[in-house]
Amino acid sequence: MANARKLRILVAKPGLDGHDRGARVVARAFRDAGFEVVYTGCHQTPEQIVSTAIQEDVDLIGLSILSGAHRYSFPRVIELLKENNAEDISVIGGGIFPMEDIPRLKEAGIKEIFEPGAKLGEIIEWVGTNISPRMDADESGSARVSG
Amino acid sequence: MDIIQQIVSGDVRTIARILRDIDDELPSSRSVLQRLYPHTGKAHVIGFTGSPGVGKSTLVDQIAGFYRKESKTVGILAVDPTSPFTGGAILGDRIRMQRHFLDPGVFIRSLATRGQFGGLSKSTNDMVNVLDAAGKDVILVETVGVGQDEVEIANSAHTTVLVTIPGMGDDIQAIKAGIMEIGNIFVVNKADREGSRKTVRELMNLIEINSRRRNGDDWEPQIVETEAMKGRGIDKLYETIEKHRTFLQATGSEKWREVVEKRTKIQLMGALRDEAFKAVLERIEARGDSIDELVRRIVDRELDPYTAVEQIVDKGLR
Ligand SMILES: Nc1nc2c(ncn2[C@@H]2O[C@H](COP(=O)(O)OP(=O)(O)OP(=O)(O)O)[C@@H](O)[C@H]2O)c(=O)[nH]1
Ligand SMILES: [Mg+2]
Repeated sequence: MANARKLRILVAKPGLDGHDRGARVVARAFRDAGFEVVYTGCHQTPEQIVSTAIQEDVDLIGLSILSGAHRYSFPRVIELLKENNAEDISVIGGGIFPMEDIPRLKEAGIKEIFEPGAKLGEIIEWVGTNISPRMDADESGSARVSG
Repeated sequence: MDIIQQIVSGDVRTIARILRDIDDELPSSRSVLQRLYPHTGKAHVIGFTGSPGVGKSTLVDQIAGFYRKESKTVGILAVDPTSPFTGGAILGDRIRMQRHFLDPGVFIRSLATRGQFGGLSKSTNDMVNVLDAAGKDVILVETVGVGQDEVEIANSAHTTVLVTIPGMGDDIQAIKAGIMEIGNIFVVNKADREGSRKTVRELMNLIEINSRRRNGDDWEPQIVETEAMKGRGIDKLYETIEKHRTFLQATGSEKWREVVEKRTKIQLMGALRDEAFKAVLERIEARGDSIDELVRRIVDRELDPYTAVEQIVDKGLR
């Protein structure tokens, strides 16, 4: 009768602007889809985001941004995950981006980018198909070897 | 390195992962807990409980700051309710704790109640044990509400802080009705609001009434007024918590031992209850029956609940 693994997602908002309505809406949608959402509010640095993601053992980080700080903060989150042997945690982004930035962000390791027009259902569906809760029980410390 | 050594040496990733395994009830987590247990028993466990929004997270954040000033390491477990409709949850307590995110001396973990059969208190106790074995000097456990589950969690702490705010008559009623005994320290937070003195007086009266039931050498519950957001009164709260610990640990005093035995008993009983109940449910399912089916037959008067229980327990436990 053991519980099934629950998907855990960190919704974080890097950058300086203080509007987190978008992030809250997404967090609520994730909850309504049955996920556990760790929500940390505005003004998060990449260091804070990665530290939280590791302590909370999330499967996915959803970054929300309006202020254009994505060029620095998104790749930096990926870099820090690698430094901490935590690249098995996936990262997606949502917000307003110049079109030409999107390929570069994906190249940096962001799994998917959702623009303001994206429907919540679309995001949930993407998460449902592409992200699954970590399964290995005993293996720890080191990153998963994907085969 | 062996997983136990990794946890005991404080490896963050390993700790985070075992906490998840416990939460998800992976059978493998049990053997880790078994082997960790000899490393536990050193931390001071402090429970913060109270109604939604009274300022528990803000207080926990502030108190953690005081312990960090003393170079003590801190583990924080923050429990939020699960949505009864979807099973999902938004865990938002961290919003108030941001300044500790980059401090390696503070480990924060949010968890959802996922509530069934008192499972919350069991997994919380197990998680406390992990953080204890990982060498955290102080473990702060935040739980929402004043229900039975929260009382049980509070009961498993060494020091329990009940948080309320001015003008919460329902809280006072709940305290009166039964959770009085579990509070070692009562906090009236948001003391900037009107009616703070009145709430303090009401609590004083309750403590007074209750004091007749206390022995002479028992701890006298303390009341502290705070404004957590502005950091006011936190020094007093910190001192009071430490006073309670000193009271429990005073040389020649049996109090610490008493509290630890009480915690251990609650945990053991809880674990037994969970396991026994699980075993019974499994047997019911194994014979192709289900709780819902039993309910149907009882409602249709094909069966009475007394016989049902007798039959299940007979078949389930022998
Ligand atoms: N006026 C006033 N507001 C406060 C005080 N302390 C906290 N708050 C505010 O109360 C709100 C709730 O604070 P939290 O610390 O999140 O309360 P909580 O009890 O952890 O809330 P839940 O975890 O949701 O049950 C926040 O907006 C705080 O800023 C205080 O001393 N005075
Ligand atoms: Mg809280």
